[in-house]
Amino acid sequence: MRENYPREELMMSGHLACQGCGGSAAMRHVLKAMGPDTVCIVPACCWTIISGNFPYNTLKVPILHTAFETAGAAASGVRAALDMKGQTETQVMAFAGDGGTFDIGLQSLSGAAERNENIIYFCYDNEAYMNTGIQRSGATPEGAWTTTTPEKHPKRGPKKNMVQILAGHKVPYVATANVAFPEDLIRKVQTAKKIYGTKFIHILSPCPPGWRISSEQSIEVARLATYTKVFPVYEVFNGEEYHINVDPKEIPVVEYLKYQGRFRHLKQDEVDEIQKRVDYEWRILLAKSMEERFRV
Amino acid sequence: MKKVLMGNHAASYAAMRCKVKVVAAYPITPQTQIVEELSEMCADGRLDAKFLKVESEHSALASIIAASSAGVRTFTATSANGLALMHELLHWAAGARLPIVMVNVNRAMAPGWSIWSDQTDSLSQRDTGWIQIYAEDNQEVFDSVVQAFKLAEQIRLPVMVCYDAFFLSHTYEPVDIPDVDLVDKYLPSYDPEIYLNPSDPRSFNALVMPDLYMEMRYKMQEAMDKSKDVAREVGREYGEVFGRSYDLVEAVDCDDAETVLITTSTTSSPGRVIVKKLREQGRKVGLLKLRYFRPFPNEDICRVLAGKKRAVVIDRNISFGKGGIWADEIRGALTLIEDRPDVYCYITGLGGRDITPQVIEEIIADAESKEKPESLFYWKGLKP
Repeated sequence: MRENYPREELMMSGHLACQGCGGSAAMRHVLKAMGPDTVCIVPACCWTIISGNFPYNTLKVPILHTAFETAGAAASGVRAALDMKGQTETQVMAFAGDGGTFDIGLQSLSGAAERNENIIYFCYDNEAYMNTGIQRSGATPEGAWTTTTPEKHPKRGPKKNMVQILAGHKVPYVATANVAFPEDLIRKVQTAKKIYGTKFIHILSPCPPGWRISSEQSIEVARLATYTKVFPVYEVFNGEEYHINVDPKEIPVVEYLKYQGRFRHLKQDEVDEIQKRVDYEWRILLAKSMEERFRV
Repeated sequence: MKKVLMGNHAASYAAMRCKVKVVAAYPITPQTQIVEELSEMCADGRLDAKFLKVESEHSALASIIAASSAGVRTFTATSANGLALMHELLHWAAGARLPIVMVNVNRAMAPGWSIWSDQTDSLSQRDTGWIQIYAEDNQEVFDSVVQAFKLAEQIRLPVMVCYDAFFLSHTYEPVDIPDVDLVDKYLPSYDPEIYLNPSDPRSFNALVMPDLYMEMRYKMQEAMDKSKDVAREVGREYGEVFGRSYDLVEAVDCDDAETVLITTSTTSSPGRVIVKKLREQGRKVGLLKLRYFRPFPNEDICRVLAGKKRAVVIDRNISFGKGGIWADEIRGALTLIEDRPDVYCYITGLGGRDITPQVIEEIIADAESKEKPESLFYWKGLKP
């Protein structure tokens, strides 16, 4: 393993995740970088189950389970209490799914970001409500099958761009990451820990049952998401300064889509549309990152 | 020291004297001055606390729940629609067994928009596991908030202190604010054994399987039962330290009464005036003021009302399809005894309409004119 990969394990075996779960890999990497002096807030999501039922706890840090839409507010409350007790060095992290972040929890996250609360908010994004059995969320990509977007009526419209929403709050640090690139993820957590204010890290986390892939394909598919530019890995400082952290490869999106049962109904013209949008978004991101390089 | 304060500032001063560490709130009329004053107190150093200016009442209670879980004393305040927005988290705060104290200024629920007094907002949160106290005057607002922390921290259930919009919230009265040393003596610092602690990592509010959930609910009910004695003790001790003692209920001239008027919140004040007037006329009328809604003072009500001819309940609230909420609860309590009075319920004063001494006198006269109640409730003052 690479040099910056911490040895200490703060997530123990015996958890209740599915095989190949991107969300559990994300937690493992994140906690390694967060370290033991951390309080973890978990709203309703897969991790409500994964962490173990009462009285068990698979993490070596305290977990506060909280209501679905409250991760941003709950993290703010823990931060306030710790600050009043003088524990300003203790890190407060929220670890929420895409439903709890993109949809029902957006308001409390926006409130926390607008107040620039000193927290790190992680969204492990598996692109649907997987814990309740694969229903579409605001993070579900265009064209995907879910149980509420059947093949005859797949998800219309693009995935909500959470990074832009957070960058629009001008918080000091926003980043995307991918469980297929753990060194990059860990570096980002380490970066976020050193910055005062609201930090948001959006982690692509495949869900084998929801994406209709086999569990051993999880990391491979995640890697393709970034290499095909479907999920670029980048970071934004102060809502202004963009850096692309993983270079994509010249691979068409069909190579990413074809692995996944949730996209198998797509026709060639629909794949072409997705390719066009991916190319368009990439050009915008590239322009933003170029502009900043010139400005700096 | 004595200060002339509006009810809302009496609540702010109580939170200050209780040295709360985290306050979170969202503006809503008629509660807003409570948190405006607390915000000033945090800014000018009178209160060493963090004030979270959250984006909704939902987040106010969510952040307070989290702060309380981290082991500090917390406070928030709201009204009506704000309280309704918190509903999910009211259950959460009680289920997590957190000693949060919240003020709810009783305001009518919309629509149509109304900012005036009505108890339906908090009474309809009956089954959330919160203790509820209703205050009659601004001094009782202050005293109840201080008692609320002491009660909450002993039994580990949240407490809601309720009082009427405008009749108290915006009305100035002299309020005794005890010295900080005296309050410290009464209310020790909050120092829970279990809290979010990286040196002792635990999972809070985790998934509970059917083999344990019911036992957790049993323990909440057990705490509610126990809270009656604790509330009496907290009210008695308050009298010892500050010279004003409190109970779950207050009975005035009830011993030989045939008719007992039952009131809550500010309605008790005109109630006292009329009971005194009727007593002077030789009428056997008493007053029973109820302070606690949860836990419901079943035993106290039965003790006071046993053998009486009639109980006349004034309800500034309504449970649609059933009637007055206090009266309904009182009827339930009275099934515990045989020689119970007839219960007359009058729904009046909704949406801030005045309940004057004259209204109360007419209500008593109406009840006394009947041999038996022919309805579970009557409307009083309804326009044709």
